[in-house]
Amino acid sequence: MRRPALIIPSVAVIAVLVAAWWVLVRVTDNAIFPTPLQVVTGMWELVKDGSLWEHIGASLFRVGAGFLLAVLFAIPLGLWMGWVRGAYSTLNPLFQILRPISPIAWIPIAILWFGVGNASPIFLIFISSIFPMIVQTTAGVHTIERRYLRAAANFGVSRYTVFRRVVIPAVMPQIVVGMRIGLGVAWLVVVAAEMVALRSGLGYLIIDSRNAGNRYDLVIAGMIIIGLIGLSLDGAMRLMEKHRSVRWRYAS
Amino acid sequence: MPVKIVVDGVHKSFASDVGPLQVVDGVSFTVDDGESVAIVGPSGCGKSTLMNIVAGFEQADRGSVRIDGAEHGRPNAKGILISQHGSVFPWLTVQQNLMFGLNGQAHGRQTLADHYAAMVGLQGFEGSYPHELSGGMLKRAELARALVVKPEILYMDEPFSALDALMNLRMRNELLRVLAEERHTVLLITHDVEEAIHLADRVLVLSQRPARIQAMFDVRLPHPRKLSGPAVQELREAILRELGVDEA
Repeated sequence: MRRPALIIPSVAVIAVLVAAWWVLVRVTDNAIFPTPLQVVTGMWELVKDGSLWEHIGASLFRVGAGFLLAVLFAIPLGLWMGWVRGAYSTLNPLFQILRPISPIAWIPIAILWFGVGNASPIFLIFISSIFPMIVQTTAGVHTIERRYLRAAANFGVSRYTVFRRVVIPAVMPQIVVGMRIGLGVAWLVVVAAEMVALRSGLGYLIIDSRNAGNRYDLVIAGMIIIGLIGLSLDGAMRLMEKHRSVRWRYAS
Repeated sequence: MPVKIVVDGVHKSFASDVGPLQVVDGVSFTVDDGESVAIVGPSGCGKSTLMNIVAGFEQADRGSVRIDGAEHGRPNAKGILISQHGSVFPWLTVQQNLMFGLNGQAHGRQTLADHYAAMVGLQGFEGSYPHELSGGMLKRAELARALVVKPEILYMDEPFSALDALMNLRMRNELLRVLAEERHTVLLITHDVEEAIHLADRVLVLSQRPARIQAMFDVRLPHPRKLSGPAVQELREAILRELGVDEA
């Protein structure tokens, strides 16, 4: 539990920003840019007609599917690349080339391959979150301290036991960090992916609100909701770092 | 007593920027079954390299190591190494660490693990993770994990040097108590002359790098040894003189 003394300043900063926003909109008498109150009313509109839950559900589904798919590939692949030198030297250059390509750049290809249904954003999330997780997992295997591997060798246990009782648990904290990064990137990308040619999702909500009559109150409402959900996703991933079997790795 | 370990003319050098660096230069000695031998030497003299070769983690360039008459190959559970930095797995509980090297059915392994945890004074901490333990308790866990697989040899490379003086002394007494219960052959490497005299039947003194055996001392003193007594002090001074340290 965080102490109130730590929360108050951060809440104060947000309150000041919102107040400044309100004052600025009023002073400049801007016709398009909404006040905070208009944003809240807009959000309430979306809550009442139920479309907000649909958009959130659609976005979460795409992130969940793409991210889990990426986890399923990235962790075995990362462990293999970390453990087998040949796998690393063969695949790492390819991944290092693919990794810096922004997921946004994949959008045209995603549409070409998967059309404009759910498969496109799921693919984009997959491609964006798989690389950080591979890199973290591989680095995790590479940074296992030699003394532990030596101790394992000393007890003469099988390779399978070394892998199950030493390598995997030793890498687990890094895998958790990789998953946190991966999920963060995934959430970042779903919005971008949905801005292109879809009928649902928070990204769609933002673009559609602008196109259909400059509803900037809904644009900002969508942005705030994206931020809040991103925060909770990260918080959920942080809970994994609290588990006793991985806590040894993080500064206590 | 039969000879347990034979180290015969071991040489080892490493590549360095200025050409090959001779680290171990023809070291030969034997350790009898059930004997405790300590090797002392100045820091950086190649003690740890020698230990790694004897324990099977590194190969000698020339010479050989034989355990029970057989050429020593890879490390195995017949001889367990305990080193300064420790290697208790931080992701396993004390009990899981102790069970790591054991085979057989879970119940028997757990009983054995708990027995050895109790032997080193860790009862009640079986479910704790290493980061929840103090430095001294971590050493006990390391010792128990080594003992539980019933090794014939304990290789100890500066085992207690990371502990404070008081805990160091306490762990030595603990070790002697455990060794009195289960007879192991012990090869101890240390820079602490008092620790060597306290624990060993024989003390070998290594030279500066490249390491050679420079002198050998028998410690013919019964346990428990009175460290402040004249016999220990005399031996200590003799060994320190051999190491080039003169106490005025």
